[in-house]
Amino acid sequence: MSKMGATRDGYGEALLQLASNPKVVVLEADLGKSTKSLHFRKAHPERTVSCGIGEQNMLLVGAGLAASGFIPFASTFAIFTERAFEQMRNGVARPNLPVHVCGSHGGTHTGTDGSSAQSIEDLAIYRTLPNVIVMHPSDTVSTRELTIQLAASSSPSYTRTARNKTPVLYEGREEEIKIGKGIKLREGSDVAIIACGVMVSQSLKAAEALEAEGIRATVVDMHTLKPLDADLINELVSTCGALVTAEDHNIIGGLGGAVAEHVVSNTFAPLERIGVHDRFGESGQADEMLDVMRISTPYIVAAAKRAIARKP
Amino acid sequence: MKGHQRRHKIAGDTMASVEELEEVARRCRVHIVNMVHRAQAGHPGGSLSEIDLLAALYKTQLRIRPDEPKWDDRDRFILSKGHASPGMYAILAEMGFITVEDLKSYRVLGGICQGHVDMKWCPGVDFSAGSLGMGLSFGMGSAIAGRLENSDRQVYVMLGDGEIQEGSVWEAAMAAAHHELGNLNVILDRNRIQNDDFCETQMRMFDIPAKWRSFGWNVKEIDGHDMNEILDGLNFLSTSNEGPSILIAHTVKGNGISYMADNPAFHGAAPNDEQYRQAMIELGEVNA
Ligand SMILES: Cc1ncc(C[n+]2csc(CCOP(=O)(O)OP(=O)(O)O)c2C)c(N)n1
Ligand SMILES: [Mg+2]
Repeated sequence: MSKMGATRDGYGEALLQLASNPKVVVLEADLGKSTKSLHFRKAHPERTVSCGIGEQNMLLVGAGLAASGFIPFASTFAIFTERAFEQMRNGVARPNLPVHVCGSHGGTHTGTDGSSAQSIEDLAIYRTLPNVIVMHPSDTVSTRELTIQLAASSSPSYTRTARNKTPVLYEGREEEIKIGKGIKLREGSDVAIIACGVMVSQSLKAAEALEAEGIRATVVDMHTLKPLDADLINELVSTCGALVTAEDHNIIGGLGGAVAEHVVSNTFAPLERIGVHDRFGESGQADEMLDVMRISTPYIVAAAKRAIARKP
Repeated sequence: MKGHQRRHKIAGDTMASVEELEEVARRCRVHIVNMVHRAQAGHPGGSLSEIDLLAALYKTQLRIRPDEPKWDDRDRFILSKGHASPGMYAILAEMGFITVEDLKSYRVLGGICQGHVDMKWCPGVDFSAGSLGMGLSFGMGSAIAGRLENSDRQVYVMLGDGEIQEGSVWEAAMAAAHHELGNLNVILDRNRIQNDDFCETQMRMFDIPAKWRSFGWNVKEIDGHDMNEILDGLNFLSTSNEGPSILIAHTVKGNGISYMADNPAFHGAAPNDEQYRQAMIELGEVNA
């Protein structure tokens, strides 16, 4: 079995590593144990600001800190960052202040907490905000590396992490990880599966299943949804000629939406989108949820075949 | 809608003696521990702190019909701190809205007992909760609806003490006093603990009763585990109808299970098998 880890732990590790920069400040809204900012709080209580259960306040405290030259990292569940969406829009994105928001427990993979905690719209809404970097990394190592890189960014950001464990993919491959650059994890010329977050490992399994049937698939970890790696998508259109996107997120407006928007305005290739079919989640184990939402490996395999069949 | 004689079953009423209420609460505690142990997830702490209040509220105050959960003119109970769902499912089972067997569906795929109480899934649940700080505004809407329909039905909203750190709670608090909603009642589960730690370290709230008073609310404080005080407090809520009222119930998070009591670690953690056995002994379900 490959090594497993939850991406929220990668976030926690990154904050600890960033602590040597005295400008880095951590903001919490009573979910530090869950988002993993608690390690930073323990080591650096003087640079940790507890905002209580008050997400709207937290976002704008971050804006004030950023405008004064600090580098604030604020985290709560993905869903509860959304409560402060307008603060993010008007108070953070509009003045382009580098506040870094991390939403943990993203997607239906969150599991038995149920629909109120399973954000399926976060990637879509933050993608519509000018200036904001939007990321959803797939493993602990890439989450750590991308979070560390954010500290040098002059733009605000939203990063979704996941509650539950997925395979570790990038141990020893840290230098491949760059904000805005998708990563090819596997190459094949029949179809390209573009995935983010917990769906990257599902897509790798799908590619293996396809290979057993003689179908060769490229798998891309598109950890950054915005800015989207347009060069890579253009390349996949010409090398594979058929695309699948896979995300634990509403089919509307997330990674599938971003790739579709790019493809219709540039070089064309048939695209099949795997995502939550415009419904809310429910309580269930993480893996069960991927089946209930019809986004687990078999659905990716079927989508790949549909995309190939649609090649002109 | 009109014509209902409001009945207040208060302390001393033969309908439910203090001993009977305490026994209902004990059985609910057993249900709560069973649910979180079986699911190996969920929120025992805030369920155990609220349960004496819920037992008394449901058994002596709420005008509801377990066989007709959507009855138009029912009193409304809104569990705004929706993570404390095991407590609510337990009392719903004791009232007959759902069965004790249904409790096994807590956090199970397809189960009516979703992780957070949800009006779309479970009979007797009037609000889809899970995001803190939303229930009081919803309760205000329900209270205005009752007033518009000339009904004397009451609305009860259960808030957590960490929850009242949300700004939206205070938007609703101000508005409810402005609109003089005497049919709106809050029960605050003042257990002094939130998710990460004690409230005192997360966000000091200073004089909570004074805050509510200054927002125009009628305020009473009680011991939320003393059944006589609870009945007094509920009587205060149902009789003070000049403007909104709040009962601040001083409770112990995890009350009733020694190792959970006053322990932030059991906000959102399940007991292991050994701890489960001990809990059942402490609740008098099995002999040591
Ligand atoms: C808007 C929002 N922010 C954060 C959370 C995560 N959360 C769930 S329970 C909890 C602590 C609640 O504490 P309290 O209100 O005191 O409840 P109790 O002690 O009764 O369990 C937090 C922060 C949430 N559910 N909703
Ligand atoms: Mg509390």
